Amino acid sequence: MTTITKDNITDSLLATVHPNGNSEAAQVIRENGFPTTKHEEYKFTNITKRIESKIQSFQQAKPLGLTQQDVSKAMIKDLDADVVVFNNGQFSAELSSLGEGYAVTNVTNSEAPFSIKDLYDDSYLALNKASFEKGVFIQVPKNKVLDKPVLLLNLVKANDGQLITPKLWIDCAENTEAVFIEQTVSQDEQAYLLNGSVEIKTASNSHIHYYRVQNQNNEALEVNNLLTDIHRDSTFTSFVLSLEGDMIRNNVTLNLLDSGCEGNMYGLYLLGGKTHVDNHTNVDHTKPHSESNELYKGVLADTSRGVFNGKIFVREDAQKTNAFQQNNNILLSDEATINTKPQLEIWADDVKCSHGCTTGQLDEEALFYLQARGIDKKQGKALLLYAFAGDVLEHLKIEAFKEYCIDLVQKKLGTNF
Amino acid sequence: MSKDNQILEEFTSKEYEHGWSVNYEADEAPIGLNEEIIRWISAKKEEPQWLLDWRLKAFRAWEKMTEPEWANVHYPKIDLQKLRYYSAPKQSKKPKNLDEVDPELLQIYERLGISLNEQKRLQGIAVDAVLDSVSVGTTFKETLGKLGIIFCSFSEAVHNHPELVKKYLGSVVPMTDNYYAALNSAVFSDGSFCYIPKGVRCPMELSTYFRINAANTGQFERTLIVADEGSYCSYLEGCTAPQRDENQLHAAVVEIFAAKDAEVKYSTVQNWFPGDKEGKGGIFNFVTKRGICFGDNSKISWTQVETGSAVTWKYPSCILKGDNSIGEFYSVAVTNNYQQADTGTKMIHIGKNTKSRIVSKGISAGKSQNSYRGQVQVMKRAHNARNFSQCDSLLMGSKCGAHTFPYIDIQNSTAKVEHEATTSKIGEDQLFYCNQRGIATEDAVALIVNGYAKEVLNQLPMEFAVEAQKLLALTLEGSVG
Amino acid sequence: MLSIKNLHASVEGTPILKGINLEVKAGEVHAIMGPNGSGKSTLASVLAGREEYEVTEGEVSFKSKDLLDLSPEDRAREGVFLAFQYPVEIPGVSSTNFLRTAVNQVREYRGLEPLDAVKFLSLMKEKMKLVEIDQKLLSRSLNEGFSGGEKKRNEIFQMAMLEPTLSILDETDSGLDIDALRIVSNGVNQLKSDNNATIVVTHYQRLLDYIVPDFVHVLYNGKIVKSGTKELAMELEEKGYDWIKEEADKATV
Repeated sequence: MTTITKDNITDSLLATVHPNGNSEAAQVIRENGFPTTKHEEYKFTNITKRIESKIQSFQQAKPLGLTQQDVSKAMIKDLDADVVVFNNGQFSAELSSLGEGYAVTNVTNSEAPFSIKDLYDDSYLALNKASFEKGVFIQVPKNKVLDKPVLLLNLVKANDGQLITPKLWIDCAENTEAVFIEQTVSQDEQAYLLNGSVEIKTASNSHIHYYRVQNQNNEALEVNNLLTDIHRDSTFTSFVLSLEGDMIRNNVTLNLLDSGCEGNMYGLYLLGGKTHVDNHTNVDHTKPHSESNELYKGVLADTSRGVFNGKIFVREDAQKTNAFQQNNNILLSDEATINTKPQLEIWADDVKCSHGCTTGQLDEEALFYLQARGIDKKQGKALLLYAFAGDVLEHLKIEAFKEYCIDLVQKKLGTNF
Repeated sequence: MSKDNQILEEFTSKEYEHGWSVNYEADEAPIGLNEEIIRWISAKKEEPQWLLDWRLKAFRAWEKMTEPEWANVHYPKIDLQKLRYYSAPKQSKKPKNLDEVDPELLQIYERLGISLNEQKRLQGIAVDAVLDSVSVGTTFKETLGKLGIIFCSFSEAVHNHPELVKKYLGSVVPMTDNYYAALNSAVFSDGSFCYIPKGVRCPMELSTYFRINAANTGQFERTLIVADEGSYCSYLEGCTAPQRDENQLHAAVVEIFAAKDAEVKYSTVQNWFPGDKEGKGGIFNFVTKRGICFGDNSKISWTQVETGSAVTWKYPSCILKGDNSIGEFYSVAVTNNYQQADTGTKMIHIGKNTKSRIVSKGISAGKSQNSYRGQVQVMKRAHNARNFSQCDSLLMGSKCGAHTFPYIDIQNSTAKVEHEATTSKIGEDQLFYCNQRGIATEDAVALIVNGYAKEVLNQLPMEFAVEAQKLLALTLEGSVG
Repeated sequence: MLSIKNLHASVEGTPILKGINLEVKAGEVHAIMGPNGSGKSTLASVLAGREEYEVTEGEVSFKSKDLLDLSPEDRAREGVFLAFQYPVEIPGVSSTNFLRTAVNQVREYRGLEPLDAVKFLSLMKEKMKLVEIDQKLLSRSLNEGFSGGEKKRNEIFQMAMLEPTLSILDETDSGLDIDALRIVSNGVNQLKSDNNATIVVTHYQRLLDYIVPDFVHVLYNGKIVKSGTKELAMELEEKGYDWIKEEADKATV
């Protein structure tokens, strides 16, 4: 790994490690420090520097004095869901309303239920593991099909400290089906660092979806790690919609550990202002007959920046793998930037892999056509952009959530661009 | 495994269908390459001085050039001094029309399934038949003549339409463009010439059929197609050669000029002798094909089905100079046994709103190597240029290779360039799946390969498409495993 | 209808099946269960005639013919249908075109006239309803870009089109969510008649709640070590495979 300057920032962040925290993780940070742009995986996303300039109080933010009313206000309209509430990153049983037939338990820092291997020894993931205070462990038992989605609601605000560290484990047994929706709601306009991680394990024949909406205040910094181990005949789908924030880094890793696995990764980022969103995805095919699909689309305006880095590994054993990756972007201004990098490492010879990426502009001719039919320019633009971006949302399973996303996307395209 | 071997055995023992040759009395140039030979060829063809000068200029330029080595192909160097640069069947007198052509020569084409007898011809295709170095006859000349369309052998054009030849020869592929193009410019012996006048839509497919018969003879033909304003034509090219142990060289040049609003569709089904199953013999096919969309709104479309040749080195290209002009390239390249192909296209966007589309389907079997090499270039002035490229590779067996080399060079920020690539493999699994549904193996191979190549085959004129489909199935039969 | 006697088979010299005996009569549904690697899928593949499996001993007769003597396509034409665990993708070949080729080759073998386009399409329309498959899907390349559920539904749709007398479902339920499982099972149940038989190979007991078997066989280490009725499957669900393994291992000592 590249040498990284170990300076104040590393010390400041290291100091937040919990006394009972994961010592291995703390060691990773001590060895590697936090990544700068010299680090290949963070080449275009200098989150460490951004933290240095925006965070003054290197402490875990204290829980807020939240009421049920605050929770109701943050709910997604028309969504009938069980709710797991995180109060400034810490699990709150009192504010949560849980369903039947599965277990949700509090996890303190000394007792991780399981750990999924991170190929990159990401220091932010290590920091999350070593410094969270109250995490959650969700267990879905064999043959259980959850009839409602589980909404993971994270209400956040800098409070004494500016660090917010949610931590979640999900263990799905054989033949289970579940949808998780993660939503973070900023309670004010102050800067904070949200450093979250989710580790998910599925036994055979389960169908799990994990959706995430990033629509925070414009000062928010976020690093997120989603790690999954997927077993035989199971399907896992991740989705992320990124709209607002200052700088966001999403790491998604799908380990397809057996035959018959299907991994899907979808993402949509609609960025304006100076928002910077970096999506790093990894999918690792290890056994024959697995499939992965990846579709990320972005619209970038103003001086925003998007980064897409998609890795696909196909191990020697993983014959008959199908892997597809697509990243499409529209740049609406000359100052907006997209860095896209597909990376395929294929060691098996009987596989079908494809990747494609496009970067283009709004079709001015089509826009003119709409104008000529009496549609004003702003609406015409929104219409065309939605036509470009909307298909990512087609993959969402819960109707009310899909409607919610469509609404968010249309609003953003209609007003901000 | 046993079945694999058996199928492979069956396939590799299959003979090249057009591997026979005929003995006829030939009029030949001495072996070797020098200025004298060029003068000899020019004299033989009773060419005007300007053309001889043009040839000599090309020859002198060629002498200073070196053979290109960047392509992903490996072959023994050809000794160009040991080749014969002119060979023509001896005919007692110059035939004025097809009826006067030696029946024995016509028979060669009959045997290839190409009848030059106009009555028997399929409706709607005019043929120029080129044997070794010369054109033996052109059909439907009169019918076309009534529309003002000129379709004749290159030599005839030099004599009857010198102003057109002089104007366009070398205008798309300059004589010094590359090593083989320069060689061709110096020694080309014959080929086809075609001119479609303003506003004329050519009512039938025009076609050239190339046949190499003589041993140790290079074939260097030259095709020039000029489509004047608002005209349209569809042009077909077919080729075969006898099965010989030594390699033979084919270095042709095709030039297409499309004026404003003109459209030219050029289709090739190339079935040169590919060498035997040990990789012995076969044609070296080093061809330069290029078209220029000179006028606004013009369009050039290349479609090729490549099944033959030991080594192929070929990049049909489009220069999109006129605004709103369109270039297309559709290709199926099949390699088997020890064949090597390095083929693709160049799309050079110069004008505004120019569009290009590339669909390349490679199929590799046996121990062959199949490379796609394509360049998309968008120049500074080319606002709103669009390109879509799709390169698919299909592997049959585990000893072959497929390679993709896309080059994208963009100097204008309004360009929209899309590239898609896939690699897949036909295996026992797909065949077994078909078998399990009651479909026999031979039908399954045909089904799979034609399905894969469908997008390209659809671009071919009807009769050609059926031929190409059969050819594909035949070339690949049993090579799965 | 199907009679398997002392069937031994190996892959690249490694014995997988070590003496299978099984009788299947018309109208019956047999379930074959067993832990991973017990030989379930091998049995299905051997019956369909996959090349890489070598039969080293034993015999299989199907409708009084020697099944092992027939090529894979002739087995299919005789009425053996295998729903694949991993249905194969064939780019560029539409499901419709594929099926029409298959149906007509099978008809030819059975001495029937080929179906013309109109008759074929109306037959297709009728069978499509069975597994709630969309016509749009069938005009796309065979299995290419299909979801796991769509692939499995397409298998059952093909089964409906080819009207086999013996259907072998090789882990058709694997990877299906509960809705897709219902649709697929429903299709299979509707195709059941007194004249055909079904062998269901599965890893998950859950399937047998939807396709109710007349007999359940447990395959372990290349042999059927226990046979029973649906209750046996329930017992397996409760206790896992370990007790069966123990029993079987004891018996061989």
